[in-house]
Amino acid sequence: MTYGPGVSGLILEEPLLWEKGKKGRSAFSMPKQDVPEAVDEIDHDLLGDGPDFPDLSEVDIVRHYTRLSTWNFGVDTGMYPLGSCTMKYNPKINEKMAATNGIATAHPMLEAELCQGPLEIMYELQRYLATITGMDAVSLQPAAGAQGEMAGMLIFEAYFRKKGEKRTKILIPDTAHGTNPASAALCGFTPVPLTSGKDGTLDVESVAELMDEETAGIMLTNPNTLGLFEDSINEVNSIVHAKGGLVYGDGANMNAVMGIVDFKRCGIDVIHLNLHKTFSTPHGGGGPGAGPVCVTSELEEFLPIPRVTKEGDRFQLDSDCPYSIGRLNAFFGNYAVLVKAYSYILSMGADNLKKVSQLAVLNANYVRESLRDVLHLAYDKPCMHECVFSDRMQHDYKITTLDMAKRLIDYGYHPPTIYFPLVVPGAIMIEPTETENKDDIDQFIRTFKEVIREAQKDSEILRQAPTRTKVRRLDETLAARKPCLCG
Amino acid sequence: MRYLPHTNEEIQEMLGVTGHNRLEELFDHIPEECRFLGEMDIPGPLSEWDLGEHFQNLSANSQVTSSKTLLVGAGNYSHHLPHIVPSLISRSEFLTAYTPYQPEMAQGTLQGIFEYQTLTARLLGMEVANASMYDGASALAEALLMALRIKKRNRTVAISSAIHPHYRKVVHSYLQPGPFEIVELETDPEGRTDLSSIQQIDDLAAVALQSPNFFGVIEDLKSAGDTIHSTKSLFVTCFSEPFAYGLFSSPGSCGADIVCGEGQSFGMPSSFGGPGLGMFACRKKHQRNIPGRVVGETVDIEGKRGYVLTLSTREQHIRREKATSNICSNQGICALTAAAYMASLGGTGLHKIAQLNYDKAAYLKKGLIQSGAKPLFDGPTFNEFVLTFPGGFESVRKRLLEKGIIAGIDLGLFYEQYRGAYLFCATETTKKEILDQVIEEVRS
Repeated sequence: MTYGPGVSGLILEEPLLWEKGKKGRSAFSMPKQDVPEAVDEIDHDLLGDGPDFPDLSEVDIVRHYTRLSTWNFGVDTGMYPLGSCTMKYNPKINEKMAATNGIATAHPMLEAELCQGPLEIMYELQRYLATITGMDAVSLQPAAGAQGEMAGMLIFEAYFRKKGEKRTKILIPDTAHGTNPASAALCGFTPVPLTSGKDGTLDVESVAELMDEETAGIMLTNPNTLGLFEDSINEVNSIVHAKGGLVYGDGANMNAVMGIVDFKRCGIDVIHLNLHKTFSTPHGGGGPGAGPVCVTSELEEFLPIPRVTKEGDRFQLDSDCPYSIGRLNAFFGNYAVLVKAYSYILSMGADNLKKVSQLAVLNANYVRESLRDVLHLAYDKPCMHECVFSDRMQHDYKITTLDMAKRLIDYGYHPPTIYFPLVVPGAIMIEPTETENKDDIDQFIRTFKEVIREAQKDSEILRQAPTRTKVRRLDETLAARKPCLCG
Repeated sequence: MRYLPHTNEEIQEMLGVTGHNRLEELFDHIPEECRFLGEMDIPGPLSEWDLGEHFQNLSANSQVTSSKTLLVGAGNYSHHLPHIVPSLISRSEFLTAYTPYQPEMAQGTLQGIFEYQTLTARLLGMEVANASMYDGASALAEALLMALRIKKRNRTVAISSAIHPHYRKVVHSYLQPGPFEIVELETDPEGRTDLSSIQQIDDLAAVALQSPNFFGVIEDLKSAGDTIHSTKSLFVTCFSEPFAYGLFSSPGSCGADIVCGEGQSFGMPSSFGGPGLGMFACRKKHQRNIPGRVVGETVDIEGKRGYVLTLSTREQHIRREKATSNICSNQGICALTAAAYMASLGGTGLHKIAQLNYDKAAYLKKGLIQSGAKPLFDGPTFNEFVLTFPGGFESVRKRLLEKGIIAGIDLGLFYEQYRGAYLFCATETTKKEILDQVIEEVRS
């Protein structure tokens, strides 16, 4: 066990919150009762007993969450090459900026005049995201990538409704993101699957064949989830446009192409971005994210509201848009996430953002070249920010992608994305991101090679992995068959 | 740039391996007509120190720098935040982790979310809760979509006009593309939802109420539940202020089938309204129809207790277009924050702090009424209430604003018929002196 950083560790047990504590303990500094008690006046029929929560002391809680945190692995802990998730370093300073007094204290229901600073951030971020994507107009409303996709599909729906057309279908390539079909279905479109060509990119002929006047357009991801750039994107988009359709671009993989690709020039009409990927805001163990949606000027009137506009030197909220798809969240989306992305963009500047994409692509191609002798490369084409292998070369040893992934955990790495995209059986999708240095990537490559050697020599170790974690492989079938969602 | 670790030598070495001479060559295969022309129009780079200064300048352009003098709620509330909550939850093991796809190295997040689900279910009096939705508004929209899935044949939902106006707008956005009808229900003189018309609605899948509602009024959930269930439709309730359930009956104990709402009060700063936390709970019999992620308990190969994301056959990566929702990222860290907050208060603490919220708002309400204001509605309220002022309030509000106190918002912004009526809020963070100052300003 000399390869990865996962050498040893002390694991402490910790029960569930309600398995500890005593009635009467408290971890809350109760403010003074400086006004008379008035609850006696309430109609007793409306009153309840209060929730059955455990009472805990401050130390109980501090130990509880500190111990829980030691069972977790984050980007700050180590390399997290989870494909399509862009697990780059999340700069600490962005947290501090988002917590600035006057910004973290801003209230969302007040008149714009009282919130000029917070609105300025939104206005500028709208502008920056427009320039980065090449698009004309931006709404920051969507709270996550999937809600950004949904915004895009609602914009499609609103566009055709205004034109008096009813289109019911949408083309979705097999290399698009997993949430795309669900987002399209929520907006009333029936997804039509599009099989990629032999080289892993869009097949122009099948697009031409399937695109018709009942189809609203296409939802594509570029670079796609194989980490490949869709070279024929302009051709595909011309076909879609010629039939009156629209093109949705999933911008989840923007980290590969900042300052390099202009999506408007590619013929994209709508694109969403994941600020919690490309723009470095932390994932928080599953959110909050932010999924701003960017469009061409032709579709601007459909963007979700509210958006921020500027008149003279004053920032205003523009909610008076009769064709808008409306609100998607109560207020301004995940505002603090927007602030962190804004802080990141300003820290980087244009040149560094472009450098981000160059180094992200360099790291991925370096991993691809370094592992291609020991892992089967799904498509032998230059990759963008991620590369996709499979377990085909390990089948002889009856070792699967899952076994290799779990063994990487023992060595101190978060595994890559596995079994996705579905077009590659046993997929292993590696996205190193630009914030990993060469030494750390070299160590990851050496470790992966060691895991593959073990697969040949001592495959049982892989099947038993992980062994060094708080728990071993978990029974997911039991969890789903007899769901226990609350204690 | 300190986030980009490569030295020039390393770049050259790596390019040697990939077979390129310059970084630009990595993109040679991208067609010319896709290329970005020129430079991105972005300022910077700013040093850490210049960035800090820039944010200080932005902050100076915000009038709300303290929650102590803010007497506005309307879906976003000021509450004291125990320092242990952000201090623990901002630990990078929680903050910089992804969605827990590899459960063996995410037990911290998973146990934390399982605890969140449990506390949420207990708070709301329900049997199961999910791992979170984006916010209260989108949670309500998804609750109604869920109800429409359960009541397959029915296409109409009735929602109270006393539900937060922004929540109702989000419901419209989400339901717009489907074959659904939305009926809005008026309120009675108490400020409660008038349910007398629902018997006449054909095709009714669900009726949604908010309690406390946008006017701060506590709905009579128990009798509403009986009325709604007599139509065979589902009873959906939402909330924007969960503190109320420290004092008032939980929606579950009043018979609600799906309960959802905003959890921002549990440890999240106002932050211009986000991130908040969509809390979502339902009856066990509907658990396979619940949208979003859920964490479940299981055992590992040695029989040891552990937690995993589960019921994934409802989700987009398996069911694709037939998924119960398209949610992937939710509000993970906010759910963990809310759990730590609920745990810090404990059952006893939440009851006490809810009482104090009630007392503070009652003090302000009575004081203002004694100074000449009139309540717009007669129903009981929690920490918000609506008043009208015979001599108008706008000029008083302006005078208070000059003193740094933001008192109330004009209800006319959301309800044309209530122009000039103001919605006020007082929580435990507002000291009596400030409340007295507002009362005094109205009296004079």
